[in-house]
Amino acid sequence: MEEKSKTTNVKPKKKDPRAKLKKPNRIPMLLKSSPHLRSDYSIEKIMRGVLLALLPTTVLGVIFFGWYALLMIFVGIVSCVLTELIFNLVSGKKFKLTDGTSVLTGLLLVLTLPPSFPIPGVILGSVVAIFVGKMIFGGLGYNIFNPALLGRAFLQASYPVKMTTWTLPKYVGADAITGATPLGLFKFEHIMTNIKPLILGNIGGTIGETSALVILIGGIFILIKKYADWRIPLSYIGTVFILGGLFWLINPAQYPNPFFHIFAGGLMLGAFFMATDMVTSPITTKGSWIFGIGAGIVLITIRLLGGLPEGVMYSIIFMNGLVPLINRYTRPKVFGEVKK
Amino acid sequence: MKLSTFKNGIHPKSFKHFSNRKKIEEMQVPEEVFVPLQQHIGKLAKPIVKKKDEVKTGQIIAETDGFISSTVHSPITGKVKAIDEFDHPSGVRAKMIHIKKTVDDEWELIDIPKNWKDATKNELIEIIKKAGIVGLGGAAFPTQVKLSPPKGKPIDSFILNGVECEPFLTADHRMMLEYTDKVLTGMAITMKILGVKNGYIGIEDNKPDAISQIQKRVMDLNYDFKVIPLKLKYPQGAEKMLIDAILKRKVPIGGLPMDVGVVVNNVGTVFSIYEAVTEGKALVERVVTVTGDGVKEPKNILARIGTTFKELLEFSGGLKDETNHIYMGGPMMGVSQHSISVPMIKATSGIVCSIEKSVNVKVSPCIRCGTCVRVCPINLIPTKLSRLSELSKYDELGKYEIQSCIECGSCLYSCPSNIPLVQWIRVGKLKSH
Repeated sequence: MEEKSKTTNVKPKKKDPRAKLKKPNRIPMLLKSSPHLRSDYSIEKIMRGVLLALLPTTVLGVIFFGWYALLMIFVGIVSCVLTELIFNLVSGKKFKLTDGTSVLTGLLLVLTLPPSFPIPGVILGSVVAIFVGKMIFGGLGYNIFNPALLGRAFLQASYPVKMTTWTLPKYVGADAITGATPLGLFKFEHIMTNIKPLILGNIGGTIGETSALVILIGGIFILIKKYADWRIPLSYIGTVFILGGLFWLINPAQYPNPFFHIFAGGLMLGAFFMATDMVTSPITTKGSWIFGIGAGIVLITIRLLGGLPEGVMYSIIFMNGLVPLINRYTRPKVFGEVKK
Repeated sequence: MKLSTFKNGIHPKSFKHFSNRKKIEEMQVPEEVFVPLQQHIGKLAKPIVKKKDEVKTGQIIAETDGFISSTVHSPITGKVKAIDEFDHPSGVRAKMIHIKKTVDDEWELIDIPKNWKDATKNELIEIIKKAGIVGLGGAAFPTQVKLSPPKGKPIDSFILNGVECEPFLTADHRMMLEYTDKVLTGMAITMKILGVKNGYIGIEDNKPDAISQIQKRVMDLNYDFKVIPLKLKYPQGAEKMLIDAILKRKVPIGGLPMDVGVVVNNVGTVFSIYEAVTEGKALVERVVTVTGDGVKEPKNILARIGTTFKELLEFSGGLKDETNHIYMGGPMMGVSQHSISVPMIKATSGIVCSIEKSVNVKVSPCIRCGTCVRVCPINLIPTKLSRLSELSKYDELGKYEIQSCIECGSCLYSCPSNIPLVQWIRVGKLKSH
């Protein structure tokens, strides 16, 4: 007691806190709680990896669609980052660009846009993606829907014509010739596109979706590096292949073959880079399978039975909404749990 | 051949190269020791010596108190200086018996039968109890209790745990190589006590020399043990994981290995059983790995219980100047030490000294990547448990079986956001108990 009162009465002198540590024979010891080892897996590393994996298809998009595509990508990324920055400033939070998530959102959004989309639209989409898609839910980790896809869905509703005007790649025809995407050609005019151009990418489509092969290279990279769960693309694409194949077997004249399904449109980009978004996909392994299969069913339903030629965006957004439920009902059996 | 293992888990870097080729060195008898009364799970041992009493090496200085408790012996021959509270390696101050050496070793041995093969089960258990043997893998559960399962729990298999899945530690590895025959005899004694015929030895495939050495001696000595090489993975040395890996049996939630008819003992433990039963030596010394990049000469040391970390570190060439972190046990579950004046205890499998550069860890929000769910060996949802605990929703934690958590640290090891998952789960475990 006496000591206590002493210390409270005496004004504490300002001391160099390191003075104690400088004393000889005394080692400054760290005290922490185990585990003392950490893997080098981090959010920054994941984001850098995914951005790197998207580089090939981005470069190809710029080669195919010219400098305007590069400008769109630049504007998309800058407006996403600025939106997050401003939101954080207004709400009094600290801003961290280092995690790179808004850069990724901006890039993904632009990759899913038609190559001649107006710049104001890109800005609007980016603001919606980050503000409505991410920040109002509480920021990184709390959003329910994939922000890039939410931004795109908003643009689909507000720019219906521009969203379906496709400039063909430079090497297909003269500059600024518009055409339709393979899926659109099939849906509305019943023209099949060969598989080879679908894989290589010299077809109509969004900036980042035209070449299935190039996307696949980046996709496999992130699966190997464990920046994405392999179960989701596998089950998603697999379901599309099997269901599409069933329709094709029943009536090959009316429905396209399953290879067309998996190589045309945005399925590759969506399956590897959108559906696998960690925040908006299930945390359990069983949940990942359900997520992919469900998205595949929704996609085939839209493509073959619905009014739109493409359904990747809506299928993923739909399954995003189910993730909390999926997580709840796919809780793994605890070690030693006895089934009741 | 496909090696057996359990589901999930992680692959941390092993760091065993520091000491896995170093022969076990016997340390000189220390000048003074601090012997804690609490070195085991269960009730504190009752001291039966007073200040200024003369004690001999191996003499009982504190007795068991209750069923789950353990005997404590004097590790040196000398005089009791004090019975008081000192710093304990678990981070608290605890009652210890401080003994100063007077003469070199004078052993007081336990009465043992001429041949252990003729002794009855109860005689052998009594020797183990008198010798104060506890599980030396780290949990320090009194061995005599483990070896006397209640009626109605038939035991059919015994597993010798030679996994040593914690990075850095090599004590068990070296014992298997250098004390092979004694370890195998210890295992035979343990199996006689339990009355079981099936003996398994689980060793991870990062110790091929130990696997072949044990296999060879098992053949030479005509034992009926099965050596099971296991695929390297952490936390394979956890009892439940090891039983699953070898026998494919799952210990029920809240249960013990004996619920599935198995007893698991560590290499160090059966070695102590051998020494007690055949030589009458109480548990007063053990092999400790002193290792890490922060110590000059990493070593495996046979040292007396109660020796201070300071002396062990000096024996290993001393600390490097930059060393800023010392912990007891492996890096996945070890306890940070604030001082090197603490004594080693029966559960001290190793002392790791490291030089850590980044002290501050950045914690980011959970990005729901599901990595923790995929690595959890118990199949829990660490991110959910940690979140609930953080929000003080302790009532809901029981639903998610939080008490099953073995605190292996796999989730935090692999978390990309560096969320203190294990720490929050520990809080939750305490609060929802």
